[in-house]
Amino acid sequence: MGPFMSPFNNLLCMLLGISFTVWFTLLLVFIIVPAIFGLSFGIRGLYMKTLLKVFKWATVRMERGAKEKNHLLYKPYSLNGIIAKEPTSLEEELKEIRRNGSSRDLDEFEMSDTFYFCRRGIESIVDDEVTKRFTAEELESWNLLTRSNYNFQHISTRLTVLWGLGVVIRYGFLLPLRLTLAITGVSLLVVFTTMIGFLPNGRVKHFLSEKVHLMCYRICVRALTAIITYHHSENKPKNGGICVANHTSPIDVIILASDGCYAMVGQIHGGLMGLIQKSMVKACPHIWFERSEVKDRHLVAKRLSDHVKDKSKLPILIFPEGTCINNTSVMMFKKGSFEIASTVYPVAIKYDPRFGDAFWNSSKFGMVNYLLRMMSSWAIVCSVWYLPPMSRQEGEDAVQFANRVKAAIARQGGLVDLLWDGGLKRGKVKDTFKEEQQKLYSKILVGTSVSSWDPAVHL
Amino acid sequence: MGSRASSLLREEDIEEIKKQTGFSHSQITRLYSRFHSLDKGENGALSREDFQRIPELAINPLGDRIINAFFPEGEDQVNFRGFMRTLAHFRPVEDNEKNKDPTSGEPLNSRTNKLFFAFRLYDLDRDDKISRDELLQVLRMMVGVNISDEQLGSIADRTIQEADTNGDMCISFSEFTKVLEKVDVEQKMSIRFLH
Repeated sequence: MGPFMSPFNNLLCMLLGISFTVWFTLLLVFIIVPAIFGLSFGIRGLYMKTLLKVFKWATVRMERGAKEKNHLLYKPYSLNGIIAKEPTSLEEELKEIRRNGSSRDLDEFEMSDTFYFCRRGIESIVDDEVTKRFTAEELESWNLLTRSNYNFQHISTRLTVLWGLGVVIRYGFLLPLRLTLAITGVSLLVVFTTMIGFLPNGRVKHFLSEKVHLMCYRICVRALTAIITYHHSENKPKNGGICVANHTSPIDVIILASDGCYAMVGQIHGGLMGLIQKSMVKACPHIWFERSEVKDRHLVAKRLSDHVKDKSKLPILIFPEGTCINNTSVMMFKKGSFEIASTVYPVAIKYDPRFGDAFWNSSKFGMVNYLLRMMSSWAIVCSVWYLPPMSRQEGEDAVQFANRVKAAIARQGGLVDLLWDGGLKRGKVKDTFKEEQQKLYSKILVGTSVSSWDPAVHL
Repeated sequence: MGSRASSLLREEDIEEIKKQTGFSHSQITRLYSRFHSLDKGENGALSREDFQRIPELAINPLGDRIINAFFPEGEDQVNFRGFMRTLAHFRPVEDNEKNKDPTSGEPLNSRTNKLFFAFRLYDLDRDDKISRDELLQVLRMMVGVNISDEQLGSIADRTIQEADTNGDMCISFSEFTKVLEKVDVEQKMSIRFLH
């Protein structure tokens, strides 16, 4: 067997060697070099169009299959909702209920008063505005990923074959490719920023640091096959400003940072993350906090203001929601970043969920699991809108300013503007809201003898 | 993500629920999806905590009583059948309901059953009577701390006086129905389900 195997072995080695070299050259030419210079071959755009055609075909087949079984295909929340809610207020509703019941005025109790609360309660059990923001958005058409398959069961063999093919392509070809790119991108970032750290502070260092950061982020963008469209680049954040954006996933950072240079804010982690953070800060000033310092609001505010006052430093990137939301809405902005006196540059980020849902459900998946899922999706497609800068106006307090910015971002991105706190993902709602409802009803019942609601108590 | 909710619901179950509650096939699958998303423990049943996690329900003054309505006597878990049975009370009343088989009993969303749902919100101990205390409790839930005990007491007394016809100082279900006979219960205790 010995002599018989060795020519085979040689051939095998040669083949492997050649394919490896070809693979690497292709990688270099088509992906890494353009990334360095910020150019594009348009391959990703083509890829996206092909995928869309395939998805449409898949949905048509599924609808046909469902019709054969004689029931409607499950239409997701995004279209209509399960119920149509009545937008009436407590007062209007009570008046209506009583109109037929008795000739009495509103300021006396009726047993039917409970009907309003009852109905509202059941409506919120069937469909509420908050809990659905913390799970991934549901899709109209299946994008051949098992993870987004809610009601699209096995309809036809052709579809299953297509899905199987998709799995092979995604895990066999795309995932290794992306992993290679990601590793290249991150290692280059660490190596180059450490090298630049040895240079004296000055124009050269600043210039090089910018180039290096941009290059490595662009490689990471390609590592996720992220197809990003930037709108209104004339409004890009400038030095001495704060950039705020809605938060859907950690990828938001990569998306924004591949188009401009920002100073990041965050907590220092251990491990690989920590290594990256430490080397980044050698090349240009980012704001990293120790875990203990994060609780001290004054310290945080002070460091941010100091950074902002120095016009030579890069704009700060902050996500005021404080947690990842599923990109169908914008939740309450924490007022801390809006108390610092500087221009705010709002940015709206909207992902297209058809190619891979970018939302990080941190209670379900850890970071590594999440990144693997991202890298095995078809692509990450998103739009970024740079909105014109805003500043706090006379007589406006931080909360009102925050809400104004939030409304602008929600409007641009086509997201629902909610007053609810993103912290409700993990925590309970405050009792003050229930008390507000009770006060409202009491007022109707007993009239003006109830003390008026204090509007200064904030959410 | 990754949960194929409706694949856990069998066709036979859907048909049975359809017969019992009157919801359509697609409504049942969507409500099952909702049930599944509320079920954080993924054990096929909802507990009281699962309901309280809904912020809009948690701030509803009658939130706790509404949650209670889902759980049968003495139980802490409600499965999908139970969930649908309770929700069925809020289906709008349709005229074609009258064609239903008369032996199957009254549909869950009839006027009487809707009124009974509201009655149960007051009648915590389920003795089929709303006592003065039970009425006060519900009143207190709805007004919070904004009205004094005396005022609330007189409101309760007046309500019982007007409704009570047999002099037992409690409101029975028939007295409750009589008081509300002119109220458009069918509309006010209904939710517009789509599809």
